[in-house]
Amino acid sequence: MSKSNLTRRGVLKTGTLAGAGLAVPTIFTSRAHAFTNEPTGGTVTLGFNVPQTGPYADEGADELRAYELAVEHLNGGGDGGMLNTFSSDALEGAGILGNKVEYVTGDTQTKSDAARASAKSMIEKDGAIMITGGSSSGVAVAVQALCQEAGVIFMSGLTHSNDTTGKDKRANGFRHFFNSYMSGAALAPVLEANYGSDRKAYHLTADYNWGYTTEEAIVSSTEAMGWETVNTVKTPLTQTDFSSYIAPVLQSGADVLVLNHYGGNMVNSLTNAVQFGLRDKMVNGKQFEIVVPLYSRLMARGAGENVKGIFGSTNWHWSLTDAGSKAFVKSFGEKYGFPPSQAAHTCYVQTLLYADAVQRAGSFEPCAVVEALEDFEFDGLGNGPTLYRAEDHQCFKDVLVVKGKENPQSEFDLLEIVEKTPVEQVTYAPDHPQFSGGSLGTCNNGG
Amino acid sequence: MLGLGKKDTLLLGIVAVLTILAPFIFNPFPVNSAMAQFNAGYPDLLQRFVIFGIFAIGYNLLFGLTGYLSFGHAAFLGVGSYAAVWMFKLLSMNVIPAIALSVLTAGLFAVLIGYISLRRSGIYFAILTLAFAQMTYALAYSVLTPITGGETGLQLALSDPRILDGAASAEGNLPVPGLFGLEMRDSVQLAVGDWLFTFSAGYYFSGLVMLLAFYLAIRIFRSPFGMMLRAIKSNQQRVNYTGLNARPYTLAAFVISGMYAGLAGGLMAAMDPLAGAERMYWTASGEVVLMTILGGVGTLIGPVLGAGLIKYMENIVSKINSDILHGWFAFMPDGLEDFIVSIIYPFIGKGWHLTLGIIFMLVVIFLPGGLVEGGQRIARLLRRRKSDKDEDAGQAKTEAAE
Repeated sequence: MSKSNLTRRGVLKTGTLAGAGLAVPTIFTSRAHAFTNEPTGGTVTLGFNVPQTGPYADEGADELRAYELAVEHLNGGGDGGMLNTFSSDALEGAGILGNKVEYVTGDTQTKSDAARASAKSMIEKDGAIMITGGSSSGVAVAVQALCQEAGVIFMSGLTHSNDTTGKDKRANGFRHFFNSYMSGAALAPVLEANYGSDRKAYHLTADYNWGYTTEEAIVSSTEAMGWETVNTVKTPLTQTDFSSYIAPVLQSGADVLVLNHYGGNMVNSLTNAVQFGLRDKMVNGKQFEIVVPLYSRLMARGAGENVKGIFGSTNWHWSLTDAGSKAFVKSFGEKYGFPPSQAAHTCYVQTLLYADAVQRAGSFEPCAVVEALEDFEFDGLGNGPTLYRAEDHQCFKDVLVVKGKENPQSEFDLLEIVEKTPVEQVTYAPDHPQFSGGSLGTCNNGG
Repeated sequence: MLGLGKKDTLLLGIVAVLTILAPFIFNPFPVNSAMAQFNAGYPDLLQRFVIFGIFAIGYNLLFGLTGYLSFGHAAFLGVGSYAAVWMFKLLSMNVIPAIALSVLTAGLFAVLIGYISLRRSGIYFAILTLAFAQMTYALAYSVLTPITGGETGLQLALSDPRILDGAASAEGNLPVPGLFGLEMRDSVQLAVGDWLFTFSAGYYFSGLVMLLAFYLAIRIFRSPFGMMLRAIKSNQQRVNYTGLNARPYTLAAFVISGMYAGLAGGLMAAMDPLAGAERMYWTASGEVVLMTILGGVGTLIGPVLGAGLIKYMENIVSKINSDILHGWFAFMPDGLEDFIVSIIYPFIGKGWHLTLGIIFMLVVIFLPGGLVEGGQRIARLLRRRKSDKDEDAGQAKTEAAE
């Protein structure tokens, strides 16, 4: 049993101790650096946070290849890739501001929690000054918020949901990849030209955030040109057999099926739809058609024969013939033996854009980098003239409408470019309803 | 002391000292050395150690003490996180109300799920809890997107009301969870020679909560209520035949352990204000089972050790990539270097699950009592060697007497 000693001396003693204890946190507030992870000792560390396991592991592996290539080029190795075609010539292959570029890698597992844990360890343990990567919007949004709080720059990888630069945008986060709205705006005219303006569409949508924004974007842009939306059905993300969702499509009187699916979902639903013979049907006197808003090469490979003639949109494709794309495909191909995917492209470009912004700003300080990237116009990185808009940190550039190739020459040659939708057609106001409800806040230097 | 026996006081004391010194213990290597890769003393991971420690301690009350294998405990963790983040959004960035609400919400959920699931035991109970957890996951992932944020997870926004301290968020950056002004992400760095130690406010706060949770667990273990739970574990039928109704006891154990999970979830949100649905996925529920078995089912300290080991593997081993391996073995001739790297490579980086699986198999086969049994065996070995010597001395004496 304890014995209470309420003497004058006892009270004074405990009072002093408690006071000292409470004061301790206020003593230790000195900070050594002006901003989080200020590079010291001639090297700078970048954090590449990509899915190495889970459903998007293939894309993650390709992203990592692109990052390694970018680091090589930034440090002056290899043939320089897109550094030679980039409109800004601040970078000269001597690292960033004279610091040799080093990198750490992590596994997002395509889970927000795991991705944040991995990003946190990069920031807290490895001293990463910039985090980049990811192959899903959920992860991108989660890591972007973390980087904002920690005071480092986030250059997102493959993320297509409107929310990344819409309601969840952050001042320290930047997206080069295109988004759902742009897919809709780019696809609509091509669909109208090929399928007419009097169609009835049936949507199957993956039941999560990206699915919703994509469905919303496609519905609004197709309805604007006269299509009618018969029905929209949500499918669970874990679904592998879509036959029970495909069967009602025929009874609904629809003549176009829109698959707002990505990755394995899209491979399975498209295969099911084709096996059901949807594409051979005539409905309302018209040929039945299928549309896939977001295409990737890895998906096209998974779906095989079934993608032939199906329209979709993509951020970049290796068969582009501008100087930047050619230089990138050449150095990637020489190093790894096959052409890069769109995920690899956007990650490579993001790394270069960050390095260039630091070089131009003359400092690694996040706020200076943000200022250098905002309203930055550039060219020579594969997408034609591009603008990093200051209002939402989204890149505006041409969008590619592609379709599954009828006679592929190789396992990488699965998509052909139908049209390059010019940037004016996919540009929207920063306060567009599909992007409303968020605010960038102010840039954070951490400390 | 504190109503504990001598042995338990010692155990609590050891855990307390380890918790306080953890930033030193887990950072044994200088910053620029090659071994710095294995340092685990950075705030995020230390926080994870203690938070998952709490989760596993609570789980052990149900699984280790009462003998009910729940396969859906991550649901309570997730519910706790969501409750905490909502509290941050609506009320205040202070962590106390957030954590209180998360414990309460998880407790309510546990009453509901436990009341239904506990009508069965054994494998049926496991399946029922798994089903409930998957339902909660599916709800959080899609149906309840307005409440849970869906796939993206629930996050703070600048426009949140935050009734009590809304003014704090006016300057354009999101406010940070704190304890009466002490921000959870505040940290102090101490450089000693080449070593760099980081002490974070969030870690010490979670550590304190973990110690309280640990103390409470000891008290439950040693209480008549704990004895009752043990009786249920060893033979529930016999308990029934003696005229005791076991259900209220099992339900109480279930709810307590659910509240522990909620506490862990709330702390996770307090350290990092985001709640994602993956936290409730069945693999997360399986992970806490692994932690408990790996550390030692039914022991006090075991689950904490198991949680630490798994989180260490997940965060440290998974980050070793082939470049780092090549760096380690650079002193070897080229062919040999590539050979060694290609042998080790499948076990590190993304292959960390493989390594964890091997360790788990070895532990289950050779140390059925988990890491705690390993420690006990070593201790026994040392003691026996000592007592052997004593006995030898004794025998020599008797021989001499003959």
